[in-house]
Amino acid sequence: MKKFKTLALTSVVAMTASMSAAQADKLTLYCSAQEDWCQLMARSFEDATGIDVNMTRKSSGETFAQIKAESANPKGDVWWGGTGDPHLQAAEENLTAAYMSPMRDQLHAWAISQAEGADNKTIGIYSGALGYGYNTDLLAANNLPEPTCWKDLLKPEYKGHVQMANPNSSGTAYTTLASMVQLLGEDEGFEFMKGLHANINQYTKSGSAPIKAAGRGENTIGIVFMHDAVKQAVSGFPIKVVAPCEGTGYEIGSMSIIEGARNIEEAQKFYDWALTPEAQNLALEVNAFQVPSNKGSETSPSAPDMSSITLIDYDFKKYGSSDERKRLLQKWDEDVSTLPQ
Amino acid sequence: MRGDLNESTAHPALIFWIIAGWVGFLLLPWYGVEDGFLSFKWLVDGYPFDEDFAPAAFLIGQGEKLWLAPLLLPLAAPFLVVRRKKSDPLYAIVLILAGAVGFGWLIAQGFGIGIRGYTFDWLTALFGDLDDRQYGMGYGALIVASAFLFLFTQGIAARGAINGDVFVVSAIGGVIVIVTTFVFFPIAKMLLAAFITEEGGYSAAVFASKFFDDRLWGLGCFAGGRCGAAWNSLFLAILVGVLTTVLGLVFALVVTRSGFRYKRALRALTVLPIITPPFVIGLALILLFGLSGSVTQFFAELFGIQPTRWLYGMPGVLIAQTLAFTPIAFLVLIGVVEGVSPSMEEAAQTLRANRWQTFRTVSLPLMRPGLANAFLLGFIESMADFGNPLVLGGNFDVLSTEIFFAIVGAQYDQGRAAVLAMVLLFFTLSAFYAQRMWLGKKSYTTVSGKGDAGVHPLMPNGLAVPVFIAAGVWGMFTIIVYGMILYGSVVELWGVNNSLTFKHYITAFSVRIEESGIRWTGAAWDSFWTTIYIAAAAAPLTAIVGLITAYLLTRQTFAGKNAFEFGTMLSFAIPGTVIGVSYILAFNVPPIEITGTGIILIISFIFRNMPVGVRAGIASMSQLDKSLDESSLTLGANSWQTFRRVILPLLRPAILAALVYSFVRAMTAISAVIFLVSAEYDMATSYIIGRVENNDYGLAIAYSTTLIVVMLAAVGLLQILVGRTKIGRRTQFGAGE
Repeated sequence: MKKFKTLALTSVVAMTASMSAAQADKLTLYCSAQEDWCQLMARSFEDATGIDVNMTRKSSGETFAQIKAESANPKGDVWWGGTGDPHLQAAEENLTAAYMSPMRDQLHAWAISQAEGADNKTIGIYSGALGYGYNTDLLAANNLPEPTCWKDLLKPEYKGHVQMANPNSSGTAYTTLASMVQLLGEDEGFEFMKGLHANINQYTKSGSAPIKAAGRGENTIGIVFMHDAVKQAVSGFPIKVVAPCEGTGYEIGSMSIIEGARNIEEAQKFYDWALTPEAQNLALEVNAFQVPSNKGSETSPSAPDMSSITLIDYDFKKYGSSDERKRLLQKWDEDVSTLPQ
Repeated sequence: MRGDLNESTAHPALIFWIIAGWVGFLLLPWYGVEDGFLSFKWLVDGYPFDEDFAPAAFLIGQGEKLWLAPLLLPLAAPFLVVRRKKSDPLYAIVLILAGAVGFGWLIAQGFGIGIRGYTFDWLTALFGDLDDRQYGMGYGALIVASAFLFLFTQGIAARGAINGDVFVVSAIGGVIVIVTTFVFFPIAKMLLAAFITEEGGYSAAVFASKFFDDRLWGLGCFAGGRCGAAWNSLFLAILVGVLTTVLGLVFALVVTRSGFRYKRALRALTVLPIITPPFVIGLALILLFGLSGSVTQFFAELFGIQPTRWLYGMPGVLIAQTLAFTPIAFLVLIGVVEGVSPSMEEAAQTLRANRWQTFRTVSLPLMRPGLANAFLLGFIESMADFGNPLVLGGNFDVLSTEIFFAIVGAQYDQGRAAVLAMVLLFFTLSAFYAQRMWLGKKSYTTVSGKGDAGVHPLMPNGLAVPVFIAAGVWGMFTIIVYGMILYGSVVELWGVNNSLTFKHYITAFSVRIEESGIRWTGAAWDSFWTTIYIAAAAAPLTAIVGLITAYLLTRQTFAGKNAFEFGTMLSFAIPGTVIGVSYILAFNVPPIEITGTGIILIISFIFRNMPVGVRAGIASMSQLDKSLDESSLTLGANSWQTFRRVILPLLRPAILAALVYSFVRAMTAISAVIFLVSAEYDMATSYIIGRVENNDYGLAIAYSTTLIVVMLAAVGLLQILVGRTKIGRRTQFGAGE
């Protein structure tokens, strides 16, 4: 019994000790970029300001859900990273707060326009174009031709070799769907998705999973953001990155301050800091090959050259709105995902 | 005589709870403190006048939250009877009334007034708009609620319930309240969520449209398409249940009824999967059997066949779950197989049954309860499993992952999640019920008071050969899988660059020594410490609640005991995914507002794992003769003293089992956890699954390997702390104390 008591006591002491540690200024950061980048941002901000950062990394869809669930009683302060649509959606639903950063005049025009489309409730921090990558070894082993365009992926010989994420759970896949609708028109776009469906071997849950599976040799072609594919190639996997010939959509990775944030000052400090070249250059340390939004930030030589890619005129306002999103997703669910493969 | 006098006018328990009630009302912050349950920053931050930290009395004094004022009456009422005898009818009536009214009002105001004023439209209609609001309850409310509860139970006891035993009545009351709060209330809330329309009203049509969904019940797989998630889950769970039961029986037979020499090694091997974070097995399987897995490549080259993605989908999930859950079936079955009385088997053989007939007609039927339990466990675990389908599921959708993506997906549909959770719950409860039906009312008792000196016969040969082959294959497979896990954690980049490295361990667990002390710079430290802290806090609490419940169930008789037992065991049949969803729905808003805290994790673990504590407690308590309690009571001890000084010391094995199980489960569970983690309280398992999704297999596996080692160490440590079983001391204890 005595020992039992001691154990209980020790655990209480341990609890108290660990709880009372966090008393300084703090910031709760929801991060939707890749884990190591999130970690690096959190730790570097701590080093730069002495503010304690509590960081959770969840995909942009998950984070959006969480912010919405907590809206009556917000727990997070800043949401950094992840594709722009859920940020726009959050702005539309007043889940995020407007803020005019003094850093704005240093940013690229696309980052500002992202903010202006959402009453300044969000801002662009990086951008990346959609495309796909394939595993060169597997492609050769299966004697498949090298794809260069979107329509190549519909060819019957790629049956069972293409992977993309489920648009219901991934912002990347939703961008793919919305890009196809904008590139080809709604009817043609959905015809494309239906054709693609026949070749898809799995709809993954997370956006970058298809190219990661391709890297490991578990899949041949993955439809993802090109910077994700570049990262796999740089990590040593046999991946070739393709910018589709017809042109492609893109995302603007965004950042928003959560409405009703408990640590609003710290949140604004983080916001300003995250737009500096110093903070944006951290991306290079973790092989994040997106194009940073500050004009003074460095771009990696391995990053896809945005000037050589045909970009469509992506209507973020329209396709980021919850109504349009819901409509397209439902249509995809009913018309595409239920088809036999 | 002196004892009698004391008892008639002084009521230490009563006075204690009256004081506690007033302390809670006058001194402690009434509402939840934002900085965390164990942070005491509020003491220097405007207490006691600041509205956020003020005790109820100060709030009322400042003219705020006046709806708390009526609580003063039931708090004051017990003073009337402090000087009265317990046998005085007024004593009981006043306490019952004060307790019931106080508790009732506390609950009513908590639900009636939320963060946006009145929670119910009819209240607004009745009293007009309320220009005030309140947040979740804190220490003050908690203590006052407990005070009311225990005043009430003391009143009940004074009326003569359970021989007027205050401890037992209070324990029953306490267990009922916490189980209602943390099991029934969230489930009920979740059931309601399934009917909520987008506008916030209630409608059965919403439920119907979500329930009769093709993605749930479609039967397309018979026509080349895909089947609904409900059918997939059901089919998978039945298969896993059957397979794990058969394999578990195989191992139990090898250990108890064969001349196999390395039984200890075999036991160790079967424990391994229990302390493994669930999806690690899935990862190892991908590394072995995936499209580019080692085994796949080997056979592809050997036979010149085209590698396929066969692993992704039903086959992969089935293999992974069978590997993971067979040990649970084994642990259930070993006790039952050992428990079958050898005398009965010997009697059958004396009557000229051969070994096969004996096994088939005597031993096997007597193992029915064990087989049914093992199947049920496998079934429920498979239904609730989240990690393996996520990693290996491919396009094979099951309920648990569908629930997750209904909540986190871009469509964000809590109603759909609730409907799916209901289907899941319906399946597991049906299995629970079917198991009880199948066992029926037959007696399977073979261990009686009489000595049984028999020896178990060996298996018949016709059985031994397949059993040994199955055990051997499974054993080899497990060894290979775990070998892969260890290897996977020390290679640079699996499949591409197989050079050895410790870099994943360094990324996860590096430390930096600075002037200000050690800085835990590794990526995994945050979640690691949180996990240890949560697991260490949950384990003893689980054991306490479980053992008290077991004590009530085995040692006391009271009205409604069957319902009570069902209620406490119910959370066992509720899959973790359902718990997760229902906790978010129930505890994100006042009166109990604990999402995003460590407390919600601890609570979810307590109620997830409590049934195991209860079962372990019941099993060992049934072995203790009731005459021990009786002699203790005769010698003047009350039931609390008896429980603490007689029963508890004899329960060490049960305590150990409950502690170990809840500690391990708290470290490896994912299905409920994934919904409940937050920025501040991220758990190891959810962190690892994030790594898996990000292709950081090295890091994920390195972290899991570390967890396995930590759990082994913790289990060993607990064993030393709690002490070993010494059943031989039973008589000595009984006589000595």
